[in-house]
Amino acid sequence: MSAITLSGRVGRGVSSILRTWLLFIAILVLWEIVTRAAANTFFPPPSKIATTAAGLWFTGPAGHLFLTDTVFDNVFPSLGRTLGGWLIASVIGIAVGVLVGRSRTAMDYVGALFAFFRALPPPALIPIFIVLFGIGPGMQTGSIIFGAVWPVLLNTVDGVRSVDSVKVETARSFRTPKGYWLAMVVLPAAAPKIFAGLRLSLSISLLLMVVSELVGPPNGIGISLLQAQQAFDFPLMWSWLVLLGLLGYGFNAVFVAVERRALAWQPTGGRN
Amino acid sequence: MSTMLEVSGLNHRYGTGEKEHIAVNDLTFTVEAGQLASIVGPSGCGKSTLLRCIAGLIKPTSGTVSLHGDRVDGVPSDLAVVFQDYSRSLFPWLSVAKNVEFPLRWGSLSKTDRRERAQEALDQVGLSGVGGKFPWQLSGGMQQRVSIARALARRPALLLMDEPFASVDAQTRFELEDLTRRVQRDHGSTVLVVTHDIDESVYLSDRVLVLSKSPASIVADLTVGLPAERDQITTRESAEFVSMRGEVARLLHGKEAVTAAGDAAEWELAEKSATADVEAESKTG
Repeated sequence: MSAITLSGRVGRGVSSILRTWLLFIAILVLWEIVTRAAANTFFPPPSKIATTAAGLWFTGPAGHLFLTDTVFDNVFPSLGRTLGGWLIASVIGIAVGVLVGRSRTAMDYVGALFAFFRALPPPALIPIFIVLFGIGPGMQTGSIIFGAVWPVLLNTVDGVRSVDSVKVETARSFRTPKGYWLAMVVLPAAAPKIFAGLRLSLSISLLLMVVSELVGPPNGIGISLLQAQQAFDFPLMWSWLVLLGLLGYGFNAVFVAVERRALAWQPTGGRN
Repeated sequence: MSTMLEVSGLNHRYGTGEKEHIAVNDLTFTVEAGQLASIVGPSGCGKSTLLRCIAGLIKPTSGTVSLHGDRVDGVPSDLAVVFQDYSRSLFPWLSVAKNVEFPLRWGSLSKTDRRERAQEALDQVGLSGVGGKFPWQLSGGMQQRVSIARALARRPALLLMDEPFASVDAQTRFELEDLTRRVQRDHGSTVLVVTHDIDESVYLSDRVLVLSKSPASIVADLTVGLPAERDQITTRESAEFVSMRGEVARLLHGKEAVTAAGDAAEWELAEKSATADVEAESKTG
């Protein structure tokens, strides 16, 4: 490789990083300037939010990797409910989706029911889950599962139904046993649609985690956010908000990386 | 020679009552073991239905299909089908080697044997180095070779091919025809090719079964008198090939007047305009 193409590559890498972050940094700087000038209690400057956030999460003992008790008491339980609820919803969604989608008539019976449940705004079900489980982790995880299951389920139904007819005949002509048929033909064929559903469900899980925690203790990011607001501790409130943004971004980044690997066989996904 | 495939009194209808469409009407024929036979018929005459009945993919309305004496009821285990549309038949999420291994997965072979068998099949179709690639990274002709390799890896007693070369360019088609003949002779396998291409049916096979227009029934069973060793240029020039092609064409189209047009493509054009004329007449009348 010649020096010119190498420097060209480095240059392209730098410019792509700049393109991704330039506007973000510019807005951050602008926000800092405006909030400092305005000196409004409700809108602390980003630097203040950052110091508050650092103090809130990263001043713990070395044995806990410098993580504070707040992280263990509020952040990890929230993360556990979000990811746990999402994983359970994904397993249920994919399993039921495959069963319903591969059955010739099942969707005729349950299609309207699914459409009805999917149409309900998930946060509206929180009162019902409070009645069912009381206020607490059960209600919160339940809401997340119920809200997150539909995109996975319906996308899986859609995906497994659209297996190409020639592939169906090919598999049949080889007398493919049911297990191989599902694992090596149906699921891979449906994978792009299933992943689209999983991605949507992940953001719904994050949303429902916050909303379900807003209404109820004992712990979590949502309730911490609300308590900070009620205590008029605005830098703290903004810190929690920033954390939610970071979590959403992080989840999505990890998800996209996994999806790219899993769907590397796709002509469009594999080339870049 | 023993009989590999026996089709007797085969009928297939789609729908009932007024919408009933008879796709295959009372077909009876046999294919001997080790034979490369082709079934040629006009487009939409019920060839695909016939192939699917033989493969056990659809249950015929009446009649029977037997493979080496066993009645076909459901897909037989020692049969393989090569479909026309390779891009839809291959699994894009599996590498070429994994595609070829696919039908061996639930058999008694160990993982290493399976790999070897797949590699062997890929070698036979001239695709030794591409096992690690995905099908979409290959050209159309190479993809169809992969599906042929996948069928061969299964070592079928009967290999069915449904318009196998209709989706590739002419040059590639010639290569694949020669490949099919070579592989069939090397293995002594029994191959039944369904095609609408008259030239292909004559060049490729030892025997040509000519089907009528829908509903499909056999109008002739011809033995191809060409030498076993064939060449795309000299064989197609030979008097035997030309007269055979004419004979098949005449049987397919029935009209003496159009037999002068020897080329299969021209035949199709003639057929199209003929149906257009019929339609025009029926509209004015």
